[in-house]
Amino acid sequence: MRERNSKGAAARDDAMQPAVDVIEDAAGITLTADLPGVPKEGLNLHIEADQLTIEGEIRLPAPEGMQLTHRELPSPRFRRVFTLSKELDPERVSAALENGVLRLRIPRVQQAQPRRIRIDVS
Amino acid sequence: MVWNAFSRDLMAELERLQQDFGHPLEQSASIRGGGRSRFPALNVGGTPESVEIYAFAPGLDPSSIELSLDRGVLSLSGERASDLPAEDARTAVHIGERFAGRFRRVVNLPDDADPDSVSATYRDGVLHIRVTRRAASQPRRINVQ
Repeated sequence: MRERNSKGAAARDDAMQPAVDVIEDAAGITLTADLPGVPKEGLNLHIEADQLTIEGEIRLPAPEGMQLTHRELPSPRFRRVFTLSKELDPERVSAALENGVLRLRIPRVQQAQPRRIRIDVS
Repeated sequence: MVWNAFSRDLMAELERLQQDFGHPLEQSASIRGGGRSRFPALNVGGTPESVEIYAFAPGLDPSSIELSLDRGVLSLSGERASDLPAEDARTAVHIGERFAGRFRRVVNLPDDADPDSVSATYRDGVLHIRVTRRAASQPRRINVQ
């Protein structure tokens, strides 16, 4: 899995790139993304061809007429795009969102899993 | 309501431009600093009645967050465990950007903040702290006799 250069997209809108961890093991890839303030309804995950897009919209309770005086998170949106390599199976991706942390599991296609090759000695 | 917490102002635009040109903005006027890359990121807003603090701290157990207020300084601390496994022959960490470890951030509250009226809720990984301003300092209409 490679990260797609999303500079073009970043210039078009002001979405922030979420911090992620990407861990690979023999059975596939686990991607964890920090999406604070994004509820389930604000999360948009899609896979098109070999591209995985994570988009999230932050929804915060704010009183009427609030003025922001200090801002470290500059945008109400997150967006990041990854390119999946061939051996990953986009059909079997599972996702869970809890306390603003998204966990994605992307398994390898069955045949691509490393196998121990038995050597028969005759 | 979503946009309130991010409403654009000129200063923020300038900040963003500066950032785009690669100038660090770590030179903060506050003695306690306040860089951009710190965990958790904070947005602070206000209304005539209250101060609203948003700490973007995903993946925490709310009961482990320590919040205290002492002489006008609100401090927020806790710890976030790492999700990264020990690297071995079977696992590889390709990207490891998420914060792990102990954190502590402080916010100077304005003089009119009422230390006895603080509420905090943790939802979707954001700790929202509301501090009410003392009634005496809220704008009042004065009737002319």
